[in-house]
Amino acid sequence: MSHCDCEKDIYLPESATLLRKERMTEWEDLFEFKIDSGRSLGHMPGQFVEVSMPGIGEAPISVSSSPTRADTFEMVVRNVGNVTRAMHKMTVDQKVGIRGPFGTTFPVDTAMKGKDILFICGGIGLVPVRSAIQYVFDHREDYGRVAILFGAKNPASRLFTEEMVEWGKQKDVTILETVDRRDEYWSGIEGVITTLIPLVKMDPKNTVSVICGPPIMYKFVIVELENYDFDPGSIYLSLERNMKCGVGKCGHCQINNLYVCQDGPVFNFADIEDIEEAI
Amino acid sequence: MKVKKLEKSALDAWVDDCIAQGNVHGVQAQDERFVFGPIEKAADLCLGYDVTILPPKKYFLPQREVLNTYSKDEGFTSVVDDEPFVLFGIHPYDMVAISQTDKLFEMDNPDIHYLRRRENATLVVSDIESMSENIFAGSMGTATVDDGFDILLTNIGDAYLVDVRTDKGEALAASISDAPDASEDDLRKREEVQQKNREEAQRHKLNFDPAKLPEILSKAYKHPIWEERAEQCHSCGSCNLVCPTCYCFNVCDDCDWSLETVERRRIWDGCLLNDFALTAGGHNFRRHRASRYRHRYLRKGEYVPGKIGEIACIGCGRCVTACTTKIANPVEVFNTIAEDSE
Repeated sequence: MSHCDCEKDIYLPESATLLRKERMTEWEDLFEFKIDSGRSLGHMPGQFVEVSMPGIGEAPISVSSSPTRADTFEMVVRNVGNVTRAMHKMTVDQKVGIRGPFGTTFPVDTAMKGKDILFICGGIGLVPVRSAIQYVFDHREDYGRVAILFGAKNPASRLFTEEMVEWGKQKDVTILETVDRRDEYWSGIEGVITTLIPLVKMDPKNTVSVICGPPIMYKFVIVELENYDFDPGSIYLSLERNMKCGVGKCGHCQINNLYVCQDGPVFNFADIEDIEEAI
Repeated sequence: MKVKKLEKSALDAWVDDCIAQGNVHGVQAQDERFVFGPIEKAADLCLGYDVTILPPKKYFLPQREVLNTYSKDEGFTSVVDDEPFVLFGIHPYDMVAISQTDKLFEMDNPDIHYLRRRENATLVVSDIESMSENIFAGSMGTATVDDGFDILLTNIGDAYLVDVRTDKGEALAASISDAPDASEDDLRKREEVQQKNREEAQRHKLNFDPAKLPEILSKAYKHPIWEERAEQCHSCGSCNLVCPTCYCFNVCDDCDWSLETVERRRIWDGCLLNDFALTAGGHNFRRHRASRYRHRYLRKGEYVPGKIGEIACIGCGRCVTACTTKIANPVEVFNTIAEDSE
């Protein structure tokens, strides 16, 4: 029997305090946390943490802010399960448990460097990608053109609307939005997210695409990108699964042999296009 | 220590001595079947058993265990089980399963809850004395085992051989250090017992070398057998529950009545259960029975072998017995796929 030299308990959360909570939409709130020990989270864009609401449970939540911004970190959370429902009832100064960060990152320091970047986000898919968008804008000179395509169900469910205005003021940035169903005030584009792809003229040979959205979105977006000669190796996706333990043990997040919590959540499409359960 | 030879009465005396000194668990009869549980006297230990209902996995990954506690004052605190214990009568195939699970809980992110229990355990393996109705360990190369344990017991007819392999084993066997050494003839008898076990532990017979399983299964994702068999699957998870190499788990919080303290518990889970891959948004990534049924076999024969280099089905046959609709026999599944892949 081999010995466990490591005394670290991989399931033990550390305490963090809620500094700020903001209503984003009817269903989503933004939370800003600081780890009580004073350490910064140490994450990179695309990673997630396990958030504990004591007595309720633990859930995987992606980090929505860039590590370039502050010693605190932000998450945007949809009120959809036991843990997130409890989070939505929180008030400032309340505490949660945090484990992580876990998982792979968007390749902001590798494959994306020097390239034009095409961000394609559906709904709360914008939440983890926002971390990468902020990171890119904080190192603006390291990247080429930036296009952000964002699709929401309806105008009321759009996220980061004020921040998106600021992003749009940056140099060489194109932002296109669409909604599945317009309302009386929406004068913009109506339709699914793929309708935006022909509208941005990106050079497929010099572009890295970053995609995040509901499961159904990936198939259609990838077909459309491939129609425009984007190489599978230039496409990165963040996949959702039930990352229960975050450390590659519990089995809930497996896609065939891959553990999304460790091998993902960010995958290069070339690595998973032949894996049946992935997309 | 050389291999010792103990008459049955001397073996019982040694077991009673172990019980007097510490926390001893082992195989005992429960109605018509056998279980691992605390042993109060040597006479309760059944080394002649065929198979236990649950594998000894429960000693390292209990059905429920507290991982940590939370209170407002103390915050989160780790709970790690630290009590030494002895486990008597593990069959070789179950020992192979324990060694596999050791690797999985130690690699990448070591799990101190599992590993600490494992360090605290002294494992006494006993060679199989009677074959269970569905055993196929002989087909999987796990009817006998040569490492991982602290002591190996073998019934050679008129006596037991006690083969001590580790320091922990030495400590447990200290009181029999003066017992007679096994003779060349005794060791030859042991080899005969083991050879016979390798041949006879094949109530179901795999028609090919199990080492070929990952290769064969890697091309079987779309084989019709998954749909055909899953038609009969109740998604009850019995096959997961009795499997010595299944280790998937769920974690849930239990709050006490005062709402002051919380226990965070790890409980067994099973990939055949309907909501195993369900996410909070309501999307179930393995919604179809066939996809869950397939996942279990690919995990045993392809995915886990990709991680640890060993086939994660050890041929105990418990799933064959436990399955209420008789669709769980891995040998039938693997043989069918292998035949079709030729």
